[in-house]
Amino acid sequence: MKSQLTVILVVILLSSCAPSPKKNVEEYPDQPETSTAMENPVAAVTDPTKGIGAVKNVTLNTPLELDRVKRGLAIYEMKCSACHKLTDQRVVGPGWKDVTKRRKPEWIMNMVTNVDVMLTQDPEAQKLLELCLTRMPNQNVSIGDARDVLEFMRQNDGEK
Amino acid sequence: MEKKTVYSLMVVVALIATVSLLQMCKPQAPSSVTGGDAAIKAYVPPGKYDEFYNIVSGGFNGQMSVYGLPSGRLFRIIPVFSQFPENGWGYSEETKPMLNTSHGFIPWDDLHHIALSTTKGEHDGRWAFGNANNTPRVARVDLKTFKTVEILELPNSGGNHSSPFITENTEYVVAGTRFSVPVGDKTDVPISTFKENFKGYISFISVDPANGKMKIAFQLKTPGVSFDLSRAGKGPSHGWFFFSCYNTEQAYTLLEVNASQKDKDFIMAVNWKKAEEYIAAGKGQKVKTKYAHNTWDESTHTGVSNIMDEVLQLDPAELKDIIYFIPCPKSPHGCDTDPTGEYIVGSGKLAALIPVFSFTKIQQAIANKEFEGEFAGIPVIKYEAALHGEVKKPGLGPLHTEFDANGNAYTSFFVSSEIVKWNVKSLQVLDRVPTYYSIGHLSVPGGPTTKPHGKYVVAYNKITKDRYLPTGPELTQSAQLYDISGDKMKLILDFPTTGEPHYAESIPASLIMPNSTKIYKLEENKHPYAALGESNAKVERKGNQVHVYMTAIRSHLTPDNIEGVKLGDEVYFHITNLEQDWDVPHGFAVKGAANAEILIMPGETCTLKWKPLSTGVFPFYCTDFCSALHQEMQGYIRISAPGSNVPLKFSTGKIEEAVAGAAQ
Repeated sequence: MKSQLTVILVVILLSSCAPSPKKNVEEYPDQPETSTAMENPVAAVTDPTKGIGAVKNVTLNTPLELDRVKRGLAIYEMKCSACHKLTDQRVVGPGWKDVTKRRKPEWIMNMVTNVDVMLTQDPEAQKLLELCLTRMPNQNVSIGDARDVLEFMRQNDGEK
Repeated sequence: MEKKTVYSLMVVVALIATVSLLQMCKPQAPSSVTGGDAAIKAYVPPGKYDEFYNIVSGGFNGQMSVYGLPSGRLFRIIPVFSQFPENGWGYSEETKPMLNTSHGFIPWDDLHHIALSTTKGEHDGRWAFGNANNTPRVARVDLKTFKTVEILELPNSGGNHSSPFITENTEYVVAGTRFSVPVGDKTDVPISTFKENFKGYISFISVDPANGKMKIAFQLKTPGVSFDLSRAGKGPSHGWFFFSCYNTEQAYTLLEVNASQKDKDFIMAVNWKKAEEYIAAGKGQKVKTKYAHNTWDESTHTGVSNIMDEVLQLDPAELKDIIYFIPCPKSPHGCDTDPTGEYIVGSGKLAALIPVFSFTKIQQAIANKEFEGEFAGIPVIKYEAALHGEVKKPGLGPLHTEFDANGNAYTSFFVSSEIVKWNVKSLQVLDRVPTYYSIGHLSVPGGPTTKPHGKYVVAYNKITKDRYLPTGPELTQSAQLYDISGDKMKLILDFPTTGEPHYAESIPASLIMPNSTKIYKLEENKHPYAALGESNAKVERKGNQVHVYMTAIRSHLTPDNIEGVKLGDEVYFHITNLEQDWDVPHGFAVKGAANAEILIMPGETCTLKWKPLSTGVFPFYCTDFCSALHQEMQGYIRISAPGSNVPLKFSTGKIEEAVAGAAQ
């Protein structure tokens, strides 16, 4: 009996002209994309140690590219230094000493440029959030600028 | 419960469901629509956006407010002509110049009308203009930042009511005076010499199409009457402007009676292309005067006030063919051109009919010199010669008219508290709905443009009385939203509004939303006291001024310990918000600050001036909840006696002390 009734109800529901009340909703403008510094859709990187984001492979050169280091330092001073020291001391965020030895360059750049996604999906980033308890802000750093910051980090870690 | 009972209950539920679902499929009868689905028509589900931005004048609060339609939800209050404690507008050192006038700093004015910029007569989503009614000014709000970026004062004006209406391509914003006043070197005159000495001035403010910068292009010296509202021509009537005039009796006392004597006042038609020709021919006269022009610079995050000393004037009594008067019944308020630009609707607020004038007929009447005489040297066109027709017995006290895209007009009636829909060509009344209560202006999305978006009409009511929970003698103001997509208007929502909304415009969200600024880029911050990065944070003494270059980021202020400031010093806290993420403002307040707090957007620099009045240690902190450690975002400033030898020093945390070395 019960199953018969269910069938009747389902039929009624299917045959009713349900779409009409939805119309209103469909007329609203498109919702904006979530705000990240990224232009491209985020795809999971196969290597989990590279983090999540548009940065898949970074080529590091030796010796250091000094013009990058210079730009990276300027970006650090404006957008990063309030929370990250160059020593190993954690203030708001972890100190940068040896960060290039702990993390893959791709992970660092994805963390800088795709921080909101990293903090919700990347296990390593989530560990840092548990430690620091302040969400790293999206500082609107472009991928090119993040590469410069990475070069500055390498210099800070003693690379030549 | 027995199984049987459960079963029979389910049958009943199924039956009810079937019946109600079947009814949903029927075409909706008018009666069911008025009541039944009003809620769903105004409902915007959580997480969804409204279809329109509704930019509303704040009236006596001097601000603009931004609502969503159809939900009626309030998103923002944009401070324009009044100080605003919520974000420090008019309190911070950067914003104070924006409220400067030739009368000095004015903290509060009365904003009546909104005009959204147009290109080819259609909304373009660039700027919103608003008028200061009391100390005459026009403001421009940038719709990318929702911030007031320019305020221009109007000399020779006594109340800027007939403003800020705009031409088809935003070539001009107009400003017509409500009070005629004595001007020039004859200002100290007996009030009783009104007819002889008082003049009305209309300012045409040019708007730079590239950046919006305003400038008084010229002023028209007109007879001493009161200008109420206006609208530009469009399409065929582009090049003309129409102003409603009252007090053509030229009364200067008890206007309630003395300015309501005549059967007809005027609509003044202005041929502004002709005025441009006279100016090009060198017929303008430069007149000395004094007015403020305040502009906001988005790169320095700072306003600058310049006092101007000259305007260009034209005298239409001498320079013929610029203006004409058209008789219009009983103290006209609204003066509205329809989307085609052919019809001009006058709304005499003491009248019981609506005259509709034809632009073609006005042109013919001028060509054929069908004048009934002159008023103060200006030709008055014969009423019948300009008239397309009258809407007979539409209601009592027509005030203001807007249009849909289907040739219909919607007129508000203050005295009879209703909106009346009528056809512009046939002049037939099609529908009427009551408003609760005493409607002033109304607004159809795109109503004043060549392409109305239609869908809704909003009534801005003067009296709410029993519509909301009472809050003592002072009650909320109110708007009412009507669906006009069908033949009949249907009330779908009441919503309370801030201030006193006089007029509003609505614009599709798609024209604004994609351009909305999210942050100010630190790289573009050119504020002279910006600290772009924590390493640039410092404290400097210049005589008795102490400048603190402070940074704010989740969740600390740098420096957060300051010493060596003396009683008698003026302390300027220049706070740079180092955040570069959307929706992360920081606030700043210091104990005993006599002006206010400030709110700093990401990437912005903002200054709070503080004059300590006693020695001691004073706390300061972030006032806008920013993170889990917001409550830790704080610091101290020590104020010492004037003669003390405490050195100026500053620091944040151990690292700062070790590296930057506090004592300087």
